[in-house]
Amino acid sequence: MPKMKQLAAIAVAFCTLPFAGAIADDAPIRIGSFLAVTGQGAFLGDPSRKVLEHFVAETNAAGGVEGRKIELVFYDSRTDAKEAVNFVRRLTTQDKVDLIIGGNTTGETMAVIPFVEQAGIPFISLAGGSVVIDPVKPLVFKTVHTDRISVESILDHARAAGQTKVAALSGPGGFDQSCRTNLVDLVDDYGASIVADEQHGAGDTDMTAQMTNIRAAAPDLMIYCGFGAPSSIVAKNHKQLIASIPLYMTVGAASQDFIDGADGAAEGVYVTGSAVMVADLLKDDDPQAAVSRAFVASYSKAFGSDPSSFAGHAYDALVLAVDAIKRAHGTEPKALRDAIEATDGLPGINGVYHLSATDHMGLGPKSLILTRVENGRFVPTE
Amino acid sequence: MVAKTLKAIRLMADFLQFIIAGTTVGAVYTLVAIGFSVIFNATRIVNFAQGEFLMIGGMSAAFLLKAGLPLWAAALLAIAVTAAVGMALEVFAVRIARGAGILMLIVLTIGAAITFRGVAQIIWDRNYHSLPAFSGTAPLDIFGASIAPQSIWVIVVCLVVVAALHLFFTRTLVGKAMRAVAADRDAAYLCGIDVNRTMLVAFALAGALGAVGGVLIAPIALIHFESGIMLGLKGFAAAMLGGIGSFPGAIAGGLVLGLGEAFTAGYLTSAYKDALAFLVIVIVLIARPNGILGKSTAGRV
Repeated sequence: MPKMKQLAAIAVAFCTLPFAGAIADDAPIRIGSFLAVTGQGAFLGDPSRKVLEHFVAETNAAGGVEGRKIELVFYDSRTDAKEAVNFVRRLTTQDKVDLIIGGNTTGETMAVIPFVEQAGIPFISLAGGSVVIDPVKPLVFKTVHTDRISVESILDHARAAGQTKVAALSGPGGFDQSCRTNLVDLVDDYGASIVADEQHGAGDTDMTAQMTNIRAAAPDLMIYCGFGAPSSIVAKNHKQLIASIPLYMTVGAASQDFIDGADGAAEGVYVTGSAVMVADLLKDDDPQAAVSRAFVASYSKAFGSDPSSFAGHAYDALVLAVDAIKRAHGTEPKALRDAIEATDGLPGINGVYHLSATDHMGLGPKSLILTRVENGRFVPTE
Repeated sequence: MVAKTLKAIRLMADFLQFIIAGTTVGAVYTLVAIGFSVIFNATRIVNFAQGEFLMIGGMSAAFLLKAGLPLWAAALLAIAVTAAVGMALEVFAVRIARGAGILMLIVLTIGAAITFRGVAQIIWDRNYHSLPAFSGTAPLDIFGASIAPQSIWVIVVCLVVVAALHLFFTRTLVGKAMRAVAADRDAAYLCGIDVNRTMLVAFALAGALGAVGGVLIAPIALIHFESGIMLGLKGFAAAMLGGIGSFPGAIAGGLVLGLGEAFTAGYLTSAYKDALAFLVIVIVLIARPNGILGKSTAGRV
């Protein structure tokens, strides 16, 4: 008997499907979002929120997508994985969103994945960790370079310069440690070796002790795996003690705050980053030039300041979603998922996206731009 | 032989570098520890908002500088602002709740610390800010070790502040009154000392001391709204180590902690650096069970 009921339900669903489609045609597209606007991830979540709100409004002002407006349903997860889970459940059950963009940190992203999968809607994460897409999960995508790609890009540059003895300094955070693990894992592939492996603690104000040990190991280059303010301290201490050893940093240092905070010591430091940082210096025929310039111009006009490198993550997620919705002609979850996965050659801030069934990020190491700080700003190295 | 000598020289230079690093950080811990001691002496309160004074000082200086003030003016004004915040904490919270007992007042300062962090987020922002180094960043070379000019500033200012405080507490009437209140509040009151004013001065002084630390450390370590948590705890550990309430103790505690951290980072790993600071608190509290709220020694006035 229950079987009959199920069959009946399916039959009803099939009969009403075309009507549902017709009704949904001008209903808004609902994008759900949970972002770390406060708490430790605020430096990521705050720009993400601004970008999503601003560019959703801009898209709507231009007529929306497929004739439908976008409606953003947003929650502040406070950089707390438990909160993130609560909000994702609310997004999927009460708010009934069509897809989710969010999860600034790897921890929050990983925590919500089971609930997104349960709801069966696509999820574009804004987190850095490679675990988000490795192994591939059918519904989960991301737009942020993995820490691993940052390390690969640095080691690639070092190999070309004939530098093989690597000194590593890493902080205590999740990103820092993941970056260090990847570094240890990858050095062999690049014919390099780690000669010093130093760490610093949370809130450390001075790292000259670590620099002293690095100096003693006589490395060819130094790689810093870390995020935010410590990057500036590292640059200062590096300049004070071992200025002659090339210093490389990951996307964790890819913001003007890093340069300003280092009080001149950032000069000459290599930083892997995205097109946002160097939009005006890209060659005109660069596939990312147009999209990143338009982004920077629109953001600066709206908020009165240049966007940080982290602001681009949310923009790319939105661009990816809008592009896929157009190609799927709607938001039917399965079609939308397939459309995101089929994204090929879409230029974004973080690179040109080539997704596939085996790669849910679609950015290779070449998509990162290795920059060098010159006269107080990031300049592309090639 | 030559290689061996060279290696010995290099190891000495490294050792000296660790000492410089430890002394600089230790001087900052000392300033925080003295802030703890000044308030503890006058009120028997452990002011857990001391680290936030440091944050407020550094943040105000950074924003005043951004507003166009010259560095020295921004620094002085920031110190004044933070002293005022310290006074406000005394007048609007501690004074009102004074009857509630020491433990409640300590909890009150924890609440104040959280409030200060929240307000700082709102009136300023959540970003890191820095000040330019006071006299350039070109490091000086001492026997193969290198010292940043800002480190010299930190150490010298710390010494000057300690000397000035010593004179204040031994030579001036207000200072002596504060020591009298510390020794025995009721007796001091009976002698005609204005206890309210004494406590107000103590909080203003602690605020100013915190701000001095914040302004000094901002060029080295940057400052943001949560900077006060760790520095406050480290300063507290230094104060505990040296004996809370004692200025020589604060210097000794700050130095031991700073050097201990630098050597841990240099010869072991700095993953354990913070653990060391908190291990110090635990050990001191075990060794002196009536450490913080127990009897303190007060000298003759």
